[in-house]
Amino acid sequence: MITFIGKRLLGLVGTLLIASFLVFAVTEFSPGNVARKTLGPFAAQESVDLLYQKLHLNDSLPVRYVRWLGVLTGVIADPLQDPALKLDFKDPRGDRYFGNFGYSTLYKLPVNDVIWNRLGNTALLAGISFALIVPLSLIFGVLAGMREGSFLDRTISVFGIVATSIPEFASGVFLVAIFVVALRLLPGTSPLTTGGGGWSLASQFVLPVAVLVLYDSGYVVRMVRGSTAEVMSKPYIRTAILKGLSFKTVVWRHAVRNAMIAPFTVILLQINFLISGVVVTEMVFAYPGFGRMLLEASLFGDIALIEAATLVALAVATTTQLLSDLGYALLNPQIRVG
Amino acid sequence: MTAPLIRVENLKVEYRSSSGSVTAIPDLSFEVAPGESLGIVGESGCGKSTLLMAIMGHLGPSGAATGRVLFDGKDIAKASPAELRAVRSGGIAMVYQDPNAALNPTLKIGRQLVEVPMLRPGVPLADAKRLAEGMLANVHLPDAASVMERFPHQLSGGQKQRVVIAMALLANPRLLLLDEPTTGLDVTVEAAVLDLVDELRQTYGTSLIYITHNVGVVAQVCDRVGVMYLGDLVEEAPVEALFAQPRHPYTRRLMACVPRLDGDKHTTSFMPIPGQPSSLRDRPPGCPFSPRCVGFTPGLCNHTVPVEDIGPNHRVRCFRHRESPLFEPAAQEIVAPAEPSAELVLEAKGLSKIYRLGGSFFGAQRRAELSANEDLNFAAKKSEIVAIVGESGSGKSTFARILAGLQDATSGKLVVLGSDLANTTASERTSEQLSAVQMVFQNPDATLNPSHSAGFPIARALKKFKVTRGGKETQSRVAELFEMVRLAPSLMRVRPARLSGGQKQRVAIARAFAAAPDILVADEPVSALDVSVQAAIVNLLLQIQKTKGTTIVFISHDLALVRHLADQVIVMYLGKVMESGPVSSLFAPPFHPYTEALLSAVPVPDPTAEQRHVRLSGETPSPINVPKGCRFASRCPRKVGTICDEVPPPERKGEAGHMILCHIPLDELAAIAPILQHKPSERAPA
Amino acid sequence: MASTDAPSDVTALGRPELPAPPEVMPDAVAASLTALAAPTAPGAPVAALGTKPPNLLRRLPTSPIAMVGLALIGTWVVLAVLAPVLPLDDPNRQDFLSLGNPVPSAKHWLGVDIKGRDILSRLIHGARTVLTVAPFAAICAYLVGMPLGLLAGYYGGKVDLVVSRLSDIILAFPIIILYVILISQIGPSFWNIVLAVILTAGPGIGRIVRGLTLEQRHLDYVAAAQLRKESDLYVMAVELLPNCRGPLITDFCLRVGYTIITIGILGFLGLGLPPPDPDWGTMVKEGTTLISVHPHMSLFPAIAIVSLVLGFNLVADGVRELSLTD
Ligand SMILES: Nc1ncnc2c1ncn2[C@@H]1O[C@H](COP(=O)(O)OP(=O)(O)OP(=O)(O)O)[C@@H](O)[C@H]1O
Ligand code: SF4
Ligand code: SF4
Ligand SMILES: [Mg+2]
Repeated sequence: MITFIGKRLLGLVGTLLIASFLVFAVTEFSPGNVARKTLGPFAAQESVDLLYQKLHLNDSLPVRYVRWLGVLTGVIADPLQDPALKLDFKDPRGDRYFGNFGYSTLYKLPVNDVIWNRLGNTALLAGISFALIVPLSLIFGVLAGMREGSFLDRTISVFGIVATSIPEFASGVFLVAIFVVALRLLPGTSPLTTGGGGWSLASQFVLPVAVLVLYDSGYVVRMVRGSTAEVMSKPYIRTAILKGLSFKTVVWRHAVRNAMIAPFTVILLQINFLISGVVVTEMVFAYPGFGRMLLEASLFGDIALIEAATLVALAVATTTQLLSDLGYALLNPQIRVG
Repeated sequence: MTAPLIRVENLKVEYRSSSGSVTAIPDLSFEVAPGESLGIVGESGCGKSTLLMAIMGHLGPSGAATGRVLFDGKDIAKASPAELRAVRSGGIAMVYQDPNAALNPTLKIGRQLVEVPMLRPGVPLADAKRLAEGMLANVHLPDAASVMERFPHQLSGGQKQRVVIAMALLANPRLLLLDEPTTGLDVTVEAAVLDLVDELRQTYGTSLIYITHNVGVVAQVCDRVGVMYLGDLVEEAPVEALFAQPRHPYTRRLMACVPRLDGDKHTTSFMPIPGQPSSLRDRPPGCPFSPRCVGFTPGLCNHTVPVEDIGPNHRVRCFRHRESPLFEPAAQEIVAPAEPSAELVLEAKGLSKIYRLGGSFFGAQRRAELSANEDLNFAAKKSEIVAIVGESGSGKSTFARILAGLQDATSGKLVVLGSDLANTTASERTSEQLSAVQMVFQNPDATLNPSHSAGFPIARALKKFKVTRGGKETQSRVAELFEMVRLAPSLMRVRPARLSGGQKQRVAIARAFAAAPDILVADEPVSALDVSVQAAIVNLLLQIQKTKGTTIVFISHDLALVRHLADQVIVMYLGKVMESGPVSSLFAPPFHPYTEALLSAVPVPDPTAEQRHVRLSGETPSPINVPKGCRFASRCPRKVGTICDEVPPPERKGEAGHMILCHIPLDELAAIAPILQHKPSERAPA
Repeated sequence: MASTDAPSDVTALGRPELPAPPEVMPDAVAASLTALAAPTAPGAPVAALGTKPPNLLRRLPTSPIAMVGLALIGTWVVLAVLAPVLPLDDPNRQDFLSLGNPVPSAKHWLGVDIKGRDILSRLIHGARTVLTVAPFAAICAYLVGMPLGLLAGYYGGKVDLVVSRLSDIILAFPIIILYVILISQIGPSFWNIVLAVILTAGPGIGRIVRGLTLEQRHLDYVAAAQLRKESDLYVMAVELLPNCRGPLITDFCLRVGYTIITIGILGFLGLGLPPPDPDWGTMVKEGTTLISVHPHMSLFPAIAIVSLVLGFNLVADGVRELSLTD
């Protein structure tokens, strides 16, 4: 068990390294000079050249990647904080520490000052949604799957297909048109401040959460339903029925746990999918989250921030993958040791 | 007769689907007395399981039953859900075909057992636990308390079936339904489970309805037998009467398809039933057997056949069952087998295969060695049939795959037509070497690619081996091959999904013979087939072999079948040859103790035969890191002492190439009584 | 897990065959999940692949769900094909007169957008783009993913390790983030979107094909092909691939649907195909600025996207159901 987790953690680090390198490589294609972008269009050519030199921009890609790793691990100092550049970039944590993601050229702040706050907002949104998606999907999925072909099953299945066909930005538009424009019940944006329209913080969460829950639960419901229906057709369910157990007991005691094994992985991996959805939802509702930050950073070409965001997102995604593998093993006694 | 415990009257079962409804059981009636054991035999798809499910009131959403099922005088076909649950939890219990699937994989055995007694009012958990543990002991599971704590996958197949039986008995049923409870288990395990069923019947006095396709099993455990064909009970008789005097044409032919331990290809022939069962959709009018019956009389047999009482408890549904000579085998149906020539075509010398296993999930298990074949030695002559028998895990298939080139050997020699192919896999063999050895596989459903027509792989083989040139010639050769295996050439263009299991195996045989092989490796080619289909395929193989002079390596777990067709037999256990020799020497003392146990485990289709009971404890142990002495030592009933555990036994050579690997000297083994006491006079067919 | 009697299982012992994660295409996984999650005993699993495919497409009309889906897709295809001959406004002509009251009217059936352009015409012309890019990109992703999956599944061992690890890394990315980073750096264009789809969907397709290949690799018909000296390429292309088609048709439809969503999202995030080509996602985005006054400007393009995606998802579901029944 320990070796298994150890191996997986190593693999996780490997994944992060390769992925961050890939992202590094991709940003190469971005048009324009990073130094010029950092300093803005009106900076003097000399300062641009100086920065160009400081950042060693004419080194090869792998070399610069290793240097970036050096800054991240605190082995070398962040070149942008060099006072000679007169950028006035100053990280209170110093210019050399472990976990130094560098300086965001877009926000002109240390990445660590930008990202965690945004991540917190996003985690809140994703967390609330996840906490709704899972129980809803499980309940409806099991209800539909336990009697395949029944009216309830057909209804839930159709709902599932329709829900997975409405991307977040579309359902966002629909819900805003209904609840904001027509009914004026809810705010159309969620800046997480109570000024302006005077909407409470809670009300600002309703629509973003609804959008996320709608899209993702459609998928998970179908997953759970399929798995439940399959389990219900298994011989051991027949055994349970022919023992004389009541249908309720059969479903609850014999079907549910087995039916959870397959969707379990999917549900946890859904977090990964949720992160995707969050990016879009944040744009729809002007929510000050991680996704929007990433989009802005990408458009700006803020490599430090993109890299940091990618690493964080990947770390979350791969950790859930690891968790899902472990949970799978726990649910399924055939994989457990001994 | 006392009042019946269960009485089925005019049961009719239909299945509905989007493409119309089919009648699985048209009109069925029978009864079972308290304490009686009724066997129902029939081939796959004849409606045996449907019958049980109808009795249990569990036909699923697509099935519907009419008629009456009187259990203890009450019609349970019309019972309310609550009444039905009461019957299931206290009146009728069931044992299922596949114990692996019948148990919930994620619940501990104990948990699954205690819920049965707890359905009765006033049984607390503690009592239920005690009952469950006691029952596990009654079904002879050692260490009941620890079994309670285990998950199903931590038990072997035979143990699981015992758990399922215990689960059924915990309901204190008065009627036990068993749906092929030993199909899929090894013979030695099957024998032990059958013993258990018999014993429990004695102790609890439960009535049984025992469903099986295996005529031999019925002879062993039942008082009365019903023969089912296409949803009809065509004959019903006390077990002795049925075996002594089968009356219905179907029963007669079925009996003549069953391989017996006392007949071989030189003295007897199977009499396969022509054609195949009609599909439920086009059930013939009147007698269901009419399309395949030699006695079919237009204007008579296409009317509904009445049930006729012809003896005590003996009922038949046939208009012409009295005209016995009509149903005797015709001379042309008897197959004359090929005689082996002196020319050696295949020789294995010290052939071994070791699999090296990696660690498992979570790295719990370190590298291990699995010796699947060890030091295999034998030789096969042209036109000879060499049979390899053994239970699952004995390494039969490994050898087949090495011979065919699907795997390489670890050491040793395998000389095929003069060249050593032990380490030459298919991709490295020359076309000649490849075409010399071809293979027929076990699973009819996996042998043909579902995406290609039946003729496709044959045409492809003809092309690859340059047997034919050009489309026309290839097509006509494919047609010839189809005719050789008695398939209509029009089936060439049909996809496998539309073929029956037997037809698929015929195509597979045609495919193998497209390359004109000198050696045919047949890995359990008939194990998945019904006995009548098996008989036809075996006859076919014997006929083709006779004309082509092919050497056949025939792998099987069925000793009776091997007895029927082999010239030479090799008995394997855990990768090692325990005994080998000419077929006649294997089925009479001296036996290897393992062979002896196998023979005594074979269900003999003869209720009057005396079969000596030798039972093995436990099941085949894991082939990983086998003991250094005799591989059979852990189960051997004749073990002579620690020498068996520690010293590899010597090869003891008998007459005519007979070899036994055992510490017991040959003359001692020769003194052992035979397994079967023949009483040929009682077995003469009517 | 003890490994006793079935040597051909040996390779499967390493790791439980987990279902492919949903990073790419949730429902695609659903299709393959049952197949992948089931432990495959040698000789047993044919039923999963068994009898269905030959007339799968011919039986499509028997599935009402698939027919509704086909009708939705068909409508858009017909409109897109006929766009040049339909009496539509030039999708880029700005009708400033209608800007005062941009709502649906006899002249502009679905109204005009913020720049006064006819929404109906832009939707139909936009369909031309979407119906070209999405299927084309999906096909390209298949051309890359299928061979990789076949190689990994058939050869196993090192080939499998390399292919699977690489795809694991890509599959670990939350997909939209990958798209955003990629497209924001290389710029939105037809070929770049195709490239992005190949990169993100290819590994997922590979994984499904790998699973289906693994299931078949030890089946007897593959052995039979080897016994007549067929090349590996032949075995993969002729013996293995055709049996994957049931799940793959389903997956393809889902993937096209999801690609349409992705293109929509990119447009919505401001990374859509560059103007003047009308792009549905961009239209939704532009409409949102006036959503409180004229919601129709973003509602109609949103409905367009949903209807087309729903079409593909329904067909996928119909095919899946057909391939499960008889
Ligand atoms: N749910 C069902 N829907 C439609 N047809 C069915 C259904 N269940 C069984 N059948 C059909 O009814 C017939 C009898 O099936 P049944 O399973 O009772 O046969 P069986 O004798 O038990 O066969 P086997 O030896 O293969 O177990 C078969 O033709 C089968 O295809
Ligand atoms: S009734 Fe006729 S067809 Fe049927 S078994 Fe008897 S003789 Fe044959
Ligand atoms: S050597 Fe010993 S254990 Fe092995 S078969 Fe002979 S008597 Fe039995
Ligand atoms: Mg059955």
